[in-house]
Amino acid sequence: MRLLTFKGGIHPDDGKRFSKDRPVHRLLPEGELVYPLSQHIGAPANPLVKKGDHVLKGQIIASAGGYVSAPVHASVSGTVKGLEQRFSPSGTKTECIVVENDGHYEEAEYEPVKPLAEMTREEILDRIGDSGIVGMGGAGFPTRVKLSPKEPEKIDYIIANCAECEPYITADYRRMLENTDELISGMRVVLSLFPNAKGIFAVEDNKKDCIEKLKAAVSDEPKMSVERLAAKYPQGAERQLIYVVTRRAINSSMLPADAGCIVDNVETLINIHYAVVEGRPLTERVVTVSGDDIAAPGNFMVPLGISHEELIKAAGGFIDQPQKLISGGPMMGFAMVTADSPVTKTSSSILAFKEDAVAKSQETACINCARCVEVCPSRIIPSRLADLALRHDEDGFVAMNGLECVECGSCSYVCPAKRLLKQAIGSMRKTALANKRKK
Amino acid sequence: MNENFNVSSSPHIRDRIKTGNIMLMVVIALLPATAFGIWNFRHESAWILVVVTTAAAVLSEYIYEKLMKKPITINDFSAVVTGLLLALNLPPTLPWWMGALGAAFAIIVVKQLFGGLGQNFMNPALAARCFLLICFAGQMTYFVYDGVTGPTPLAELKAGQAVNTMDMLMGNIRGTIGETSVIAIMIGAMFLLLMGVIDLRIPGSYIVSFVVFITIFGGHGFDPQYITAHLCGGGLMLGAWFMATDYVTSPITGSGKIIYGICMGLLTGLFRLFGGSAEGVSYAIIISNLLVPLIEKATLPKPFGKGGEK
Repeated sequence: MRLLTFKGGIHPDDGKRFSKDRPVHRLLPEGELVYPLSQHIGAPANPLVKKGDHVLKGQIIASAGGYVSAPVHASVSGTVKGLEQRFSPSGTKTECIVVENDGHYEEAEYEPVKPLAEMTREEILDRIGDSGIVGMGGAGFPTRVKLSPKEPEKIDYIIANCAECEPYITADYRRMLENTDELISGMRVVLSLFPNAKGIFAVEDNKKDCIEKLKAAVSDEPKMSVERLAAKYPQGAERQLIYVVTRRAINSSMLPADAGCIVDNVETLINIHYAVVEGRPLTERVVTVSGDDIAAPGNFMVPLGISHEELIKAAGGFIDQPQKLISGGPMMGFAMVTADSPVTKTSSSILAFKEDAVAKSQETACINCARCVEVCPSRIIPSRLADLALRHDEDGFVAMNGLECVECGSCSYVCPAKRLLKQAIGSMRKTALANKRKK
Repeated sequence: MNENFNVSSSPHIRDRIKTGNIMLMVVIALLPATAFGIWNFRHESAWILVVVTTAAAVLSEYIYEKLMKKPITINDFSAVVTGLLLALNLPPTLPWWMGALGAAFAIIVVKQLFGGLGQNFMNPALAARCFLLICFAGQMTYFVYDGVTGPTPLAELKAGQAVNTMDMLMGNIRGTIGETSVIAIMIGAMFLLLMGVIDLRIPGSYIVSFVVFITIFGGHGFDPQYITAHLCGGGLMLGAWFMATDYVTSPITGSGKIIYGICMGLLTGLFRLFGGSAEGVSYAIIISNLLVPLIEKATLPKPFGKGGEK
């Protein structure tokens, strides 16, 4: 079986040894649950409950605020404490519904499901949309919108992003091993929307047990197959993933659908199964708690809205006072201001590190070594783009293809001068994109 | 648990390698050639010139940065690399103060006045060597081996005389301190290749294009002995592996590195075959340094999704 790869990329210590052999452990929340109204790309959800309301687990508490949006469901039963400004994992204060857990876990009654074969396309999409499913790998793009391209018959590949190329995170890995059937079922649901599509599970080569297990599971699925990818960061970046699987390349002004592809993450596909086949909405997810400062790293099934503090406590707490706390992976995750923020639909992991590698390294002059150019998966010139960004030369930045950056951070990782390349390029890219939209 | 944590933009991890490590690896890679040169020219006490030139480079950097109230950067070993490379490019009999003057020129004029590390557009060691060649033409072209003065093998070759290629590989010939032993140079080059500090694109395209040039225009056809003499008899090996590969003064783009190598190969051939002097490596490299911005502009890679993915 061939090993698929792309040009560029890096091989950081994958850190998965800390948590990969820890089976998913279900965690029941003790304190209040906090649900940000904006856990996705698009319009924030509109709250449907007010202070004092009693809610059930699985009950919708905020409805989608537009077409590109997603509803939010309560993950426990209890009483609404109100709408409050709380810290999101990305460090900004945001409007949240706060629910006091009553400890009964009374579940709402769901509309009964029909067999998949009897459902229409619209019914399936509505189920997915009403369940509040968004891209759970970190992007948070509403899945219903992603699964509704203009011409569904032109979709050739549904790619399950099983790369999990971010170091330390093992949530998808455990899901692939422990919930193989649900994952396959989720893929079956998505494939039913696209008459001409094949389903491909793209797994990095460092997860050989998942490859074996998935291969066995798809052996009687004529439209599904498993592909083995080189273990390299950022193998799971959407453009790179599509390219290695299909040899079709898309740039910043294209969507995966333009290359006949739709990419969904493992957790997302499993939740599509829960929504469409089992009829229950998105109320929980698997989160990895790891890093060299966590006493007992592991993988946890947690209700959305649970505080990161509870999660860290469940993993044995910190060994020392950590310098850095990260929501998501070490390459693209957010440094958290405080652990007092909730797990959201896009929280794949929380990592605690004794030392902050960024604070420890001092920025020096660029020596033009070209290491950033060698590793850049977008094949652009990070060191020059960072210079242009720092000079606020937006035209030069765009002319040098700065908009093609996927902000994977490989350049900052390898830079021997420890320059904050991704930071400079990323902020200029946001400015340039905003100005482009204005035009 | 709610103490505030460090906040910074992703990524939150860093590779271990730093600029100082890279420069130190280059210094280590130069040690075989340095040690051989010092031993080979022990009668001329070449070690004094090596030590003084290297020390002068570091001291110039320190004093300049101190006077200009800039952060002191001598810990990154880049001044050591410049000083040592310059020393290896000097004849063993050169008075020590000329070496020191060259080092000061390399660091202050070529490197610091243009903004310090990473900002110079010419290889400081080579620019200083050319500066010394102009100032002290006699001393800079005075070569001695085993107490006997005479021309370098390249000059003999140019004059149509026979040369001993085995002596060139070993280094038992006249030349600058570090250029004579191809074996010592290659040990260092192998180390840099293995450590991933350099790759074959620049030295490979340089050497290949040079060989092609002298095969066509050298008047000897494809004569292995003639080609070996050209490759090993002068500064080409030291230049191709240690000077042409200088990060700061070479193109950042992949295909640019190859074009840059070809430019140096052609210019070296042109200078050696048709120029007034037997040698041409230094001028070929610093002229190619000047072409780098143009080469980069012409070789801007296509991004992923616009043809660059292949």
